[in-house]
Amino acid sequence: MRAGILRSPSPLPGFGLSFGIMMTVLSIVVLLPIAALLGRGLMIGPADLWDMLNSRRIWSALTLSFRAALIASLFNLVFGLMLAWVLVRYRFWGRRFIDAAVDLPFALPTAVAGIALTALYAPNGVFGQALAPLGLQVAYTEVGIWVALVFIGLPFVVRTVQPVIEELEPDLEEVSATLGARRIYTLRRVILPTLTPALLTGFALALARSVGEYGSVIFIAGNIPNLTEIAPLLIVIRLEEYNYDAAAAIGIAMLVISFAMLLAINAIQVWSRRRIGNV
Amino acid sequence: MYQTIQIGAHTLAQGTFIRSFGDGRIEIDAGHERLSGRPVTTFRGAISKALAGGYLRGGLLATVAAIGLALGGPAPAVAQESVEILNVSYDPTREFYREYNELFNAWWTAQGNAPVTVQQSHGGAGAQARAVIDGLEATVVTLALSADIDQIAERTGKIPADWQSRLPHNSAPYTSTIVFLVRDGNPKGIEDWDDLVTGDVQVITPNPKTSGGARWNFLAAWGYAQQNGLDPAEFVGELYKNVPVLDTGARGSTTTFTQRGVGDVLLAWENEAFLALASLGEDAFDIVVPSVSILAEPPVTLVDGNITSDAQRAAAEAYLEHLYSPEAQALALKHFYRAWDTSEAAPEDVARFPEVNMVTVEDFGGWPKVQPEYFGEGGVFDQIYQE
Repeated sequence: MRAGILRSPSPLPGFGLSFGIMMTVLSIVVLLPIAALLGRGLMIGPADLWDMLNSRRIWSALTLSFRAALIASLFNLVFGLMLAWVLVRYRFWGRRFIDAAVDLPFALPTAVAGIALTALYAPNGVFGQALAPLGLQVAYTEVGIWVALVFIGLPFVVRTVQPVIEELEPDLEEVSATLGARRIYTLRRVILPTLTPALLTGFALALARSVGEYGSVIFIAGNIPNLTEIAPLLIVIRLEEYNYDAAAAIGIAMLVISFAMLLAINAIQVWSRRRIGNV
Repeated sequence: MYQTIQIGAHTLAQGTFIRSFGDGRIEIDAGHERLSGRPVTTFRGAISKALAGGYLRGGLLATVAAIGLALGGPAPAVAQESVEILNVSYDPTREFYREYNELFNAWWTAQGNAPVTVQQSHGGAGAQARAVIDGLEATVVTLALSADIDQIAERTGKIPADWQSRLPHNSAPYTSTIVFLVRDGNPKGIEDWDDLVTGDVQVITPNPKTSGGARWNFLAAWGYAQQNGLDPAEFVGELYKNVPVLDTGARGSTTTFTQRGVGDVLLAWENEAFLALASLGEDAFDIVVPSVSILAEPPVTLVDGNITSDAQRAAAEAYLEHLYSPEAQALALKHFYRAWDTSEAAPEDVARFPEVNMVTVEDFGGWPKVQPEYFGEGGVFDQIYQE
């Protein structure tokens, strides 16, 4: 009776072929475009690159893009965790429907999302009218950018955390409770540490996606230089001026900052894994 | 009997058959434990099940259908030597060219020619010009200002440098100007450019970097300041401080103003303003004509470098020349453009246009000078936001 659950045998044949195909595809799709961008930067030279970037308008756009992406991703971190928790742990009418709806921001063209959000939050929109008496304006302000980025980033957190919560044994919580831990303590010391790596991954994905988001944001942002002009829009504007070098410079700046942020998040992940064991 | 069963969505297990449950599941002995699940007869069976499941089959069918369409669709047309033209245009000409393409085709086939398929592409004029420079295979370009076509000529060489003299009226078959669109009854009492720089007025105009119309807006405001002895840079700077949303194209600004209810006044192409009145109701907005505006000449030309056949060249040249025919001019007037030939036009389409005191871009030294000086990197417009 030499049978069991089918596992992939480790000495798989075809490593050379599959690795070759993988590297070819990766090169064409990811590595070459990035190399072309960096190559353009090298041709410009670091001094000129810095000169092109060193203006108030570009720094405003870059800080706005990264600030808005951070705020939206932090919001998604908390709200996405809650959503995933509710979807996994509770059984209620319409659960499957909500579960399916979470993926909508993936599927919807971002321009459609942007226009829909703008229509809702514009001064004459449904939410806009409700918020106006409170002196709050969402569309055409930085808050509008946050709203758009929350929308497109949410599924990243939910979809990375959800399977981990599904794997989470309720036994652990019961043990924690029988040993006298209060709910908050269980949440803080038992549940959250287990979820941390997945949460960080989801956060990083949402952040990376939001930093470069263009389609939905330009509709709801006012696009005013120094105030609500995001870095990707500035790249497009530089392209319209046929100033490919300046566009490449902003692109490289975004690439470098994004890479540094993702590296930092990965470092936190490694650290948290060491601390609480391999999850 | 050795059996393969499916546990959950993705896991298979194998072992000797023990018993069958009534509901189609069976139990097997997998050596170390007993498992139950639905039997999978063979691996091939699993694949055909997946095929029957729809996804793959749907995809295959769609692919086959697409190939069939691609092979079958244009075939009869090719037999008739039909010609395709791609007209790359700017934002507010959608409605005009939709009708003109029909008018042209009716005339063209009446001359005994095969019908022409005209494809349209619309967007901000600057973005459209860049698309052509980057390889969009436009047969003709009909853009918002000659600077954009100059850029194509200069950077690709697909258009001769003297393109603007190839057709009458500087290659502009129709012209327009810049007017104000205000909310019904003009609640803020906006009459002229100087009303736009007061504190409590919100002005909607697109970004001159990406929109041709916005460059005309900018120059019209500049012209007003010059004629009234004001410092133009300061005046225009004040004006842009009152702009809460900079859209990338003229149509986007119209939407922001009319649909989203943002702003008190829209600086608009005259044809766009009339179109807003016609499509959204006369009682929603009013048109205000300022004391000074600008003669906007949106030019058209052939992209010689993209022509692939003599038949296409003949059709494309006729397509542009026919824009100057009385019928096409009447159509332009109907679509609120100021056309040259009014002989075939309905009188009310001609009478609609108010007298406007217009400056021209030549007063600023022409587009080759204006474009870099005002709208280039570090130009006058950049300085407004750079203090």
